[in-house]
Amino acid sequence: MSQPFAKLPAWADYGLLPLINLIVAFLVAGLVVMLVGESPIDAAVLMVKGAFGSGDGVGYTLYYATNFIFTGLCVAVAFHCGLFNIGGEGQAYIGGLGVTIVGLGLGNSLPWWLVFPLAILASALVGALWALIPAWLQAKRGSHVVITTIMFNFIAASIMVYLLVGVLKPLGSQAPETRVFGDGGQLPGLGWLLNIIGLDMRSAPLNISFLLALLAAFLVWLLIWRTKLGYEIRTMGFSPKAARYAGISELRIIIITMMISGALAGMMALNPIMGAQHRMQLDFVQGAGFVGIAVALMGRSHPVGIVLAAILFGMLYQGGAEIAFDMPNISRDMIVIIQGLVILFAGALEHMFRPSLQRIFQRVGRVKRETASVVTAGGGQ
Amino acid sequence: MAEPAIELVGIDKRFGAVHANRDIHMLVEKGTIHGIIGENGAGKSTLMSILYGFYQADSGEIRINGVPVKIPDPNAAIGLGIGMVHQHFMLVENFTVLENVMLGVEGAPLLKNGIAKARAELKRLEREYQLDVDPDALIEELPVGLQQRVEILKALYRGAEILVLDEPTGVLTPPEADHLFRILEQLKDQGKTIVLITHKLREIMAVTDNVSVMRQGSVVATRKTDETTVEELAELMVGRRVLLRVKKGEAKPGEIKLSVEHLTVRDSRGVVMVDDASFSVRAGEIVGIAGVAGNGQSQLIETIAGIRTAVSGRVLLDGQVIDITGAADPGELRDRGLAHVPEDRHHMGLVLAFEEYENSILGYHDDPLYLRGPFLDIEAIQADARKKIEKYDIRPGDPRLKTANFSGGNQQKIVLAREMERDPGVLIIGQPTRGVDVGAIEFIHKRIIEMRDAGKAVLLVSVELDEIRSLSDRILVMFAGRIVGERDSDASEGELGLLMAGVEAKEAAE
Ligand SMILES: Nc1ncnc2c1ncn2[C@@H]1O[C@H](COP(=O)(O)OP(=O)(O)OP(=O)(O)O)[C@@H](O)[C@H]1O
Ligand SMILES: [Mg+2]
Repeated sequence: MSQPFAKLPAWADYGLLPLINLIVAFLVAGLVVMLVGESPIDAAVLMVKGAFGSGDGVGYTLYYATNFIFTGLCVAVAFHCGLFNIGGEGQAYIGGLGVTIVGLGLGNSLPWWLVFPLAILASALVGALWALIPAWLQAKRGSHVVITTIMFNFIAASIMVYLLVGVLKPLGSQAPETRVFGDGGQLPGLGWLLNIIGLDMRSAPLNISFLLALLAAFLVWLLIWRTKLGYEIRTMGFSPKAARYAGISELRIIIITMMISGALAGMMALNPIMGAQHRMQLDFVQGAGFVGIAVALMGRSHPVGIVLAAILFGMLYQGGAEIAFDMPNISRDMIVIIQGLVILFAGALEHMFRPSLQRIFQRVGRVKRETASVVTAGGGQ
Repeated sequence: MAEPAIELVGIDKRFGAVHANRDIHMLVEKGTIHGIIGENGAGKSTLMSILYGFYQADSGEIRINGVPVKIPDPNAAIGLGIGMVHQHFMLVENFTVLENVMLGVEGAPLLKNGIAKARAELKRLEREYQLDVDPDALIEELPVGLQQRVEILKALYRGAEILVLDEPTGVLTPPEADHLFRILEQLKDQGKTIVLITHKLREIMAVTDNVSVMRQGSVVATRKTDETTVEELAELMVGRRVLLRVKKGEAKPGEIKLSVEHLTVRDSRGVVMVDDASFSVRAGEIVGIAGVAGNGQSQLIETIAGIRTAVSGRVLLDGQVIDITGAADPGELRDRGLAHVPEDRHHMGLVLAFEEYENSILGYHDDPLYLRGPFLDIEAIQADARKKIEKYDIRPGDPRLKTANFSGGNQQKIVLAREMERDPGVLIIGQPTRGVDVGAIEFIHKRIIEMRDAGKAVLLVSVELDEIRSLSDRILVMFAGRIVGERDSDASEGELGLLMAGVEAKEAAE
C-alpha cells in the first residue's frame, strides 16, 4: 500500500523533528515563565548553567539521567512487543526491595564489587516478578496491561509504605526508611570520570550505576535488533497475526518481554538506593517510572535516543531545581509544569509537526531536482 | 474526438533509486472507461496517487478538462472532481453507510440538517446509478462488494466526475465484480470518466474503451480495446510471450501425505465455518479448493496449518496426527514438512515494517542456519535472501529494502520463495496470485507445478476459478463450510459455478 506522504530522511526523523518539538516546548514554557513575571532568557541561562555549568551540576544531571535510562528502556522494550508498560514506577519501587535485602544483608560483610552484582540480580528479579503477574493476565486472560500495571503501581506503593513503617525501619527511628547500609552496600562515585574531562564533582551522587545504565542500553539494542528473541518480540509488536503464523507463542513472548521490561525498571532502584542514599527511603522512585514513558517516546524506543532523551530530562530536573532555588516567583510546581510541557510536545504531540515537515521536504526535493535539470539543460546548449 | 478529461504530460517520479514513473504521457477521453495494466511495480498506483494528490510528481503537468492544474493534496483532487476508490477501503468500520459518506463534508457544525440533506442526496445517487445500499447499515456488517459500493458513493457524493479505481476486483467474487462493471457502465453512460487499474485482462476486454500498458515506469502502448487481444496485451506488458495457461503433464499421485477427517471449525463467535470436511492430498498431486470467498476455505487451511483450532475431527500429516483441538504449533508443523503460503500476506505472511531479509526467515527463524547462538546471523540471512531474490526475480533486488515498499506481486514472491525453498513435503497455498501480474502468475504457476512434479502434495485454495482449473489435478468445491463436490480437472466452468453457488447442495438438502 502506498503511504500518503513520502518518508522523511532519517536525520530529519530522528534529529530535526525532536528538535522542533523541543524548541516549541521551550517557547511555550518561556511564555509561562513570562506570565509569572520572570525573564525566560534568564531562566533558560540558569537552567543550562545549573545542569551543565559545574561538576556537581553535571553529576546531578547524569544521576537523574541514570534513572530515566533504566525506566525509558523498560518502556521501550515493551513497546517493541506492542505492549504499553505503565508499571515502571511500581516495578522500580518494588525492585528497591531486592537492592535493600542484598544491601542490608551483605553490605557489612562483602566488598561492594561483590555486593553490586548480587544487588543487580536481586533488583532485576524482583522487578521482573512484579511485571510477571500483569503479563500473565494479559497473555492468558486478555486483561490489558495498561490497566493492570497502573493498579500494580498502587499495590507496590502500599506494600512499600507498609514495609518501610514496619519491618524495614530500625527500632526507635521516626523516619520511614531503612538503616544505612554497610560499606559494601555503597557504590563508588564517578567523580574520577568527571575529573578526566576537567570537572570537579564534590557532592553530586553520580555513581557507577550510570555505567550500568549505558551497558543496559547497549544490551537492549543487541537484544532487540540482533537476537532471535528480539526478532520474535518485534514480529509480535508489528503483527500478532504474523507471529502466530510464524509459530511464535504469544504467551511466552509477552511474559518474557514484560519480565525483561520489569527487570530494567527494577534495576533503576540501584542508583538512588545503593548509589546515593545508601538506604531505602519512602518514595525513592519520585516519578521516574512515568518520566520513562516520555523518554521512550522521545527516544523513539531506540537505546541511543533514550540515552539522549534521558540526559535531557536529567537536565530539566537538575536545572529546574536551580531555577526554583534562584527565582522567587518560580516554585517547584512551575518546574513540573515546564517538564510537563516538554513531555506534551515531545511525547504526546510527537507527530504534530510531521505532516508539515514532510510537505516542506517534498517541495524542497522537487525544487532541487528542477534547478538541477535546468542547470544541465542550460549546460548542454 | 471527444474532449480529454485527463491529460498527463511528461509525469516523472522517483523514490530514491526507484524510477517509478518515467516521462508519462497519457490521455483519457471524457465519458470513457480507460484501463491501465502493467507488471507489478510498473508504477500504476504511483501514477494514480499523483493524480489524486497523494504524491507530487517531480516534473510534468496534469490537465483536467484541458486546464493545467496543481494537485497538492487529495482535497484539491476532490475539488477538481476526481474521486478515488482504493484497493484497501478507507471506511470507518463502526459507522453507518450514511455517516461514512458524509464524513468530512458534514456541511454544518450541527449534524441534524446535514444528515437530512445527505440522506436525500444519497437516495438520488442510488436511484440514478442503481447503487443500492441501506444507508443505515453498519460498514462492518456489509460484505466487501457492498463496502466498495459505499466507496464509490462517497466519491460521487463529493461530486466526482472522474473516478479512479485501483484493482477494485481483487477482493470481489465474480458476481460482485460483474455488478461493479454494470455500475461502471452506467456511470459512463451518465458522462463520467473512469480509470480502471487491474491485472485481469478479461476485465479489461469486457469493460474498457481504451487501455494503456505500463512497463518499468513508462507507458509502452495505448490501444483501443476492440482493436487488441488478451495475448497482445500480455506480451506488451511483460515484453515477451506469456503462457496464459501453463502446460502440465499427467499427475503421478503417490502415497497420502495429508488427510483431513470430519473436520469442523467454528469462528470466535461460534459460527460453524468448516462443517465436517474430509479429503486427502497425495504426494505428486495438486488438489484445488474452489469456492466463493467466505465459504470456509480460509478457516480450513488455517486450521491445517495450526493457526486455528478445530472443534472436532482429525488432521494427519504423513500418517501422524496433528493436534488441532489444542494449540498446534505452526513452528512444529514446519519442522514436520508443512509449508503454508497464507491468503493474507499483508498481516500474516509478512511483517510489512521489516526489511526484506527479515521476512525471508519468518517462521524459520529457529533454523540454526540463520543463528549464531542466541544471535541472528545477519550475514547468512542476507546471503540467503539474495539467493531467493535472484531465483524468484524479486524486484527491486535489495534485501535491506522495507517490505512495504515492494509492489504487491513482489511481496507475494517473497512469501513464495520462503515457503517453497524449504522443500516441504506438503505445501498449502492460499490465493497464490491475488494482485499479481500475468508474467508473475505464469512464474508462480510453473513453480507450483514443479513442486508437484517433485512429488510434493499441494493443497491450493483460490477464488479464481481459472486458476483452480488450470492447476488442479482434482477439484473440491466448498460451499457454506461443506465440501459439496469433487470433480476432475476437466470439469466445466458452468458445472463448478453451480456447485460453488450451492445449487446441488440445496437440492440434496431438500
Ligand atoms: N513510498 C515508496 N517508497 C519507495 N518506493 C516506492 C514507494 N511506493 C512505490 N515504490 C516503488 O515504486 C515502484 C512502482 O510502484 P507502484 O506501487 O506504483 O506499482 P504498481 O504498478 O501499482 O504495482 P502493483 O501492480 O504490484 O500494485 C515499485 O518499484 C515500488 O517498489
Ligand atoms: Mg498498485
